[in-house]
Amino acid sequence: MSNTALPSSPHEHQGVATSQVMQQVMLATVPGLAALVLFFGWGTLLNLLWLCALALAMEAAVLKLRNREVWFYLSDCTALVTAVLLALALPPTAPWWLGLIGIFFAIVVAKQLYGGMGYNPFNPAMVGYVVLLISFPLQMTRWLLPDGVGESLPTLADSLQLFLDRAPDAGIDAFTGATTLDSFRQDRAGQTLAEFASASPLMGRFGGTGWEWINLGFLFGGAYLLYKKIIGWHIPAGMLGALALWALLFYSGGSSQSGGTPLFHLFAGATMLGAFFIATDPVTAPTTVRGRLYYGALIGSLVYVIRTWGNYPDAVAFAVLLGNFAAPLIDATTQPRTYGHKP
Amino acid sequence: MNAPLGHKFWPLPGGIHPPENKQQSLREPIRQAPLPNQLIIPLTQPGYAKPDLCVQVGAKVLKGQVIARGTPQSGITCHASTSGTITAIAEHAVPNASTLPEPCAILEPDGRDEWQKLPAIADYTTADADTLLRRINEAGINGLGGAGFPTHTKVRGALGKVDTLIINACECEPFITADDALMQEEAGAIVTGIKILLQLCKAATCLIGIEDNKPAAIAAMQAAIDDARIRLVVIPTKYPSGAEKQLIYILTGKEIPSGSLPMHSGILCHNVGTARAITRAVLHGEALVSRVVTVTGAALGRPGNLETLIGTPVATLLHACDVDAAKLSRLINGGPLMGLHLPHADLPVLKITNCIIATTLQELPPPAPQQACIRCGYCAEVCPVSLLPQQLYWFARSKELDKAEKHNLMDCIECGACAYVCPSHIPLVQYYRAAKAEIRDERDKHRMAEHSKARYDFHQARKQEEKALEEQRRAERAALAKQKREQAGGSGTADPSDPQAAIAAALARVQAKKAARQAQSEAAATPPAADKEPDA
Repeated sequence: MSNTALPSSPHEHQGVATSQVMQQVMLATVPGLAALVLFFGWGTLLNLLWLCALALAMEAAVLKLRNREVWFYLSDCTALVTAVLLALALPPTAPWWLGLIGIFFAIVVAKQLYGGMGYNPFNPAMVGYVVLLISFPLQMTRWLLPDGVGESLPTLADSLQLFLDRAPDAGIDAFTGATTLDSFRQDRAGQTLAEFASASPLMGRFGGTGWEWINLGFLFGGAYLLYKKIIGWHIPAGMLGALALWALLFYSGGSSQSGGTPLFHLFAGATMLGAFFIATDPVTAPTTVRGRLYYGALIGSLVYVIRTWGNYPDAVAFAVLLGNFAAPLIDATTQPRTYGHKP
Repeated sequence: MNAPLGHKFWPLPGGIHPPENKQQSLREPIRQAPLPNQLIIPLTQPGYAKPDLCVQVGAKVLKGQVIARGTPQSGITCHASTSGTITAIAEHAVPNASTLPEPCAILEPDGRDEWQKLPAIADYTTADADTLLRRINEAGINGLGGAGFPTHTKVRGALGKVDTLIINACECEPFITADDALMQEEAGAIVTGIKILLQLCKAATCLIGIEDNKPAAIAAMQAAIDDARIRLVVIPTKYPSGAEKQLIYILTGKEIPSGSLPMHSGILCHNVGTARAITRAVLHGEALVSRVVTVTGAALGRPGNLETLIGTPVATLLHACDVDAAKLSRLINGGPLMGLHLPHADLPVLKITNCIIATTLQELPPPAPQQACIRCGYCAEVCPVSLLPQQLYWFARSKELDKAEKHNLMDCIECGACAYVCPSHIPLVQYYRAAKAEIRDERDKHRMAEHSKARYDFHQARKQEEKALEEQRRAERAALAKQKREQAGGSGTADPSDPQAAIAAALARVQAKKAARQAQSEAAATPPAADKEPDA
């Protein structure tokens, strides 16, 4: 008989490992990623590859410094997920150094300096994103016009130029423009929703042009994760429900005072990416079932508040980080009732 | 008569659906395990008091003869499982978590398997409770489902308190089919045992909880039930539906309050195997000397259910099931989720042994290395008692025992569902067991400290009392001496030429003064009782 016997029950395991969970999460980002590439060109994909390589290298370096077994921890794939999520959040025009700084703060500072996988109180990808947003507002808000709105999409060569921080041949201004959410805040000037929708090419059928498809892509990926039971429904339902509810409360009949339709808020910006891929990061979320519902609702509410009355057009990163702050408190106040105990 | 099916049930929160792996051991009917060269009969069950030995080394015994008699409190009577000679009374390794040896009788069978039965109680319906309980005790019956609590103690404690008898036929753990096979073949004996239990505890109804993955057993039981009080409730297959408190909830919707016993909620719970053992003891006068054991696992060529004499070495069972030693990776006593790892096969089958799994590396691979907790919460979703396993894990690891206790660690039933789903392969149950043991240790220490303090206080009080008593005696003696002296003095003063007498007189005077002072101060310290009364 071998000596590998487990001394304590259970002796059986479902056979699902953390690395498999992470691989499924990455797989589920594919539809959203494809929509991003379709509407905004190759930039996101270039960033994604670049950030994955950097994340692995930085994670390995820090693990080595911390005297940890490098391959054992690298193979859990959590660094790759952080890289993918940050890449999906960055504008497709991001130059190489922007991603470098962002992933450094995500992997080295927010994750490894706090003790590595499982110990970080804040979502690493969102820490990286917020550091960049505060430090480099110009580069971070330099989005492209979606396919069909701008004159043309950047080619792979253009995207490479942008990535290398050089102006593409046609000049950078040929591609860049505000995102739908940005434009919704800046350019409305007292118009009703209907007036703005007919005037702005950035307004799509129900969300933002392009963005509605990107959000649908992430919604589809999220549904896959739900089906595979990789994530629970509580955080996405809480977040999307709260966001829609706030939008409904301040819809005000689509008048010039309207904050936008609930559907617009659900299918614009990073809503679906946030709801299914970012807010659902288990390490930084509460662990109780009820707590996750409240946590999702808190993030959804903050997204609406910051989008409508804050200084930033999109708000998922700030909302998630603020939610992370609240997670321990939510956990402490939402303990489930144990069998045989009074409520 | 068929029992009504489709009785209402309350779904179990949490739970898991591991691969059942039950078909392997159900291919054949129950077969007789071979008679080993030597039986190792434990004189006690793990965790129970040592009973009184009734035989000497070298004694010839018959099958069913008492080897050791259980103490009235908790011990279980042990019998010779077959006829033969007691060759030794010695400590021997048994399947237990502590891995400490237990006192055992070694019995060398003579091959005749000759019974010494108790007188049969043919008509149990006219027997009184005391007779039946005495019989259950004499037959050495304990719960065959898992914990092995002495049945007569459990039933006696519940007399007059029970309205529902629950019979556990769930057998929710993978691999195990001993109860399933028993129900298929001896449903009648089980139902008779249930009726004896019903007569004893005077419960109005009996609910038999069985999982829907046992169609043959369901049919057999349904056909055998001939009493309107007994109802078969088929529940969805889900682990751990067969845990006592979980099954009670599923069948009645009642939760047993934390720290309380089912009987305090009017419920008595027994296993089907126990019911069959009761029938054998009452109707046939047979002591509990054998049970059905599932012997299964991929390392066996012929897995199955074996009617096994208590004390049969595991090695004998493995051999009888064509074990392939080259493929065998480990041995498990019980199921794969709550079972006990066996270090080797030279261990006896106990009354509580329901399953032996001889597995291979492919079938039950060794645990993967532990990774960091990612707080995914899968564990909380499957916990049948609604704990937060991942939080308990942090508390257990950081030795925050008070917090672990506050989060109800002691309510954990160690079913292993959390560790089964953990994607980081954290041996959660192991952490909980250690933390629970530490908490119990702390409680014991606290109790000991309280006890010591009480003893110290008592000791101090007694010393004070003794001192006071001594003083009083001294005063009395002094008074007596004074009296004597005065009497002597009445006839004439003490002879001044006698120094001894002078010293004695001086001492007596001093003591008398001292005693007077003492009496005075005591009187001042304790006010007269009457003073206290008016306020009361």
